[in-house]
Amino acid sequence: MSLAIATTSATPQRNWLEKLGAGHIILAVALVLYPLVASDFFLTQIGGYSLIFGMLGLSLMLLAGYGGMVSLAQITVAGIAAYAIAILGNNNSSILGLGWPWWLAVPFAVLAAALASALIGWISVRTEGIYTIMITLAIATATFYFAQQNYAIFNGHSGYTGIRAPVFWSVNWRDARPFYYLCLGLAALSYAAVLYGSRSTFGMTLQAIRDNPRRMRALGYHVTAHKVFAWLLAGVIAGLAGVLLVWFNGRVSPGTIGVDAAIDVLIIAVIGGLRHPIGPFLGAVVVVLMQTFAIDIVGAERFNTLIGMVFLVIVFVSPDGILGLWGRIKPHLAQESLRPGP
Amino acid sequence: MRMHRRTLLALAVFTGLTAPSMALAADDTIKIGLLATFEGPFTVLGEDGERGAMTAVAEMNGTVAGKKIEIVKGSSDASPDSAVRAARKLVEQDGVKVLVGPLSGDEGIAVKDYAKTQPNVTFINGTSAAQDTTLRDPAENFFRFSTDGAQWMAGLGTYAFKDKGYKKVATVAEDYSFPYTQVFGFMAEFCKAGGHVPSKSWVPIGNKDFSSVIAAIPEDVDAIYVALGGADAVNFLTQYQQGGGTAPLIGGSITVDQTVLTSKGKLKEVLKGTPSAGPTADTNDAPAWKAFVEAYKKQPGAFPSPSLFAHGYYVDMKATLLGLDQVGGDVSDGGKKLRDALSKLSFDTPTGKVSLDKNRNAIADIFLTEVTEGADGNLLNKLVKVVPQVNQTLGIPEDEFMKLGAVNRENPSCP
Repeated sequence: MSLAIATTSATPQRNWLEKLGAGHIILAVALVLYPLVASDFFLTQIGGYSLIFGMLGLSLMLLAGYGGMVSLAQITVAGIAAYAIAILGNNNSSILGLGWPWWLAVPFAVLAAALASALIGWISVRTEGIYTIMITLAIATATFYFAQQNYAIFNGHSGYTGIRAPVFWSVNWRDARPFYYLCLGLAALSYAAVLYGSRSTFGMTLQAIRDNPRRMRALGYHVTAHKVFAWLLAGVIAGLAGVLLVWFNGRVSPGTIGVDAAIDVLIIAVIGGLRHPIGPFLGAVVVVLMQTFAIDIVGAERFNTLIGMVFLVIVFVSPDGILGLWGRIKPHLAQESLRPGP
Repeated sequence: MRMHRRTLLALAVFTGLTAPSMALAADDTIKIGLLATFEGPFTVLGEDGERGAMTAVAEMNGTVAGKKIEIVKGSSDASPDSAVRAARKLVEQDGVKVLVGPLSGDEGIAVKDYAKTQPNVTFINGTSAAQDTTLRDPAENFFRFSTDGAQWMAGLGTYAFKDKGYKKVATVAEDYSFPYTQVFGFMAEFCKAGGHVPSKSWVPIGNKDFSSVIAAIPEDVDAIYVALGGADAVNFLTQYQQGGGTAPLIGGSITVDQTVLTSKGKLKEVLKGTPSAGPTADTNDAPAWKAFVEAYKKQPGAFPSPSLFAHGYYVDMKATLLGLDQVGGDVSDGGKKLRDALSKLSFDTPTGKVSLDKNRNAIADIFLTEVTEGADGNLLNKLVKVVPQVNQTLGIPEDEFMKLGAVNRENPSCP
């Protein structure tokens, strides 16, 4: 409640606490304290996994929400980073595994992912709407089959196993709590970067290009360059998520980057909502919880039907996802609070 | 006030996310995890595996050592990632101390790797049959009572060469560790007998269009060895027949399994007379097998005859329950007693005696079969011969066997 007091005594010059907003602070405190109440399973399998998929959704939200480019290739970009970690670092599949230390392998993996993302963007940037979806889906599928059938570099269907998260600063980052904080840190960084970036000149230009590319071109903006740069930035986030994903699973195989996973990322972004960077994280929590526990609710035969139904209901009730749902409930709550007490 | 409500909502969401992490099992129940493929191309196979496991549970009337058996299911889609994720959920969230599964080759290797990180949990295989799950770098707490894919091929290579007279055989198999193991098992005998394999085709799981594969098969082969599973086998065989292919077939264990034989369509003529080998034979006359078939048929949606997945899951679940029975259902010591009991366990299954070697891999009887039409028009695997007590090194001394190298796409080779 002290925060509310701070808000009422606001001076015209807003301090950083106010800029941050009460919602963010509460969320941050809750997420930082989460390990105090959660079991190891809830820390990594639900918490960490949601944050990783939230980052993947975020990279899609950046492209789709601000740039109007819906991509199905974000998991592919993450997969490139994951495979890069497996190939450059250590693995026990006795193929490649160049043994680079993590602090060299990680930047290379993220860089490779970002460049690959920019390349995918460069290929698909001339298309719009459903054609962007199709071309990125084609790229994702092609990469999946390429990985599955290439034995010299990708080790085929089995992929790479035995990949360990590094140990540094005398912390084993594969342990539940450090890994959760690692995911949380990187997710928060990506989230803040996207939020900040969306209000920057580049972010504004990108949104203007989304709304009216012809006018922006006429004004002298290089539309293609802006879009490709957005792909590069989305690639950095997806690449980081890919590094976390390979440390999380301890392995990477074509199944990691299959079409199912690509569609999962799209579902996460759509379920969560594309209007604000928090949306994909909300979507990721819902999807991960559903995928983990639906089998306990309805048994092994029908659980995928239940998952599909829940997603349908969310999109039916609120076409712009959970964020939109919140936007609809909020005015009611505000009204409620204005009513006289009982 | 608005702020207050928002805080409450955040708190509600937050506690909702963390609260359900309760996996307390009552003292009078034993939780067993059951991991199978309930999604993806092997769904039918996974469902039959479940029927097999449940047959074993039903046989014990749902109790072991006076405690009620509670089965917690986990689902994978045959990819190693999903298998590990499902196993983690069963172990770390549901708190199972005993896990039966998974179904498919690469899944088994991945779960074995995971088993090493959970020394207090006992893992018993489902039907996963890759050789390296137990032969190389095994996990102390991973047991396989259901034999591997190379063992399943015992007798087939010699039979194809000597009795059928095939000298040159092309192979078509899926591109992952289990079919490698099957091809290895077939070729180990076939090449030794003097046969040649001029071409090996590896196709990805879930392939729909086999025209290029069919075109690549050499014209002058005497037969084609096919090791494909589920929908892949049906697709290949249909397209091969439609393409006018006439070469006789030799079947991998799961290619002529009930999961394929019961599929509708014109496959009957193609499949009739196909020799194969595996852990089961439909026309087995042994009373134990007949009793098992009757018990299996009580499961909902059962096939006319149990597939090898039902059999494998049955044997592994049965072993698990026998082991638990011996230790009085006590796994409070991190499963140490249970693992000791399991390593020494030897029992009679519907398909003969099963015991374990030092790598905790099964030694069991293997059945040489041929596909025939049953009295009611269903296709069946007719028992030709029993190869008794096949071990993982196929009767070859272990050091000699290890020199053959790890199974993969190139190994073995006899063009």
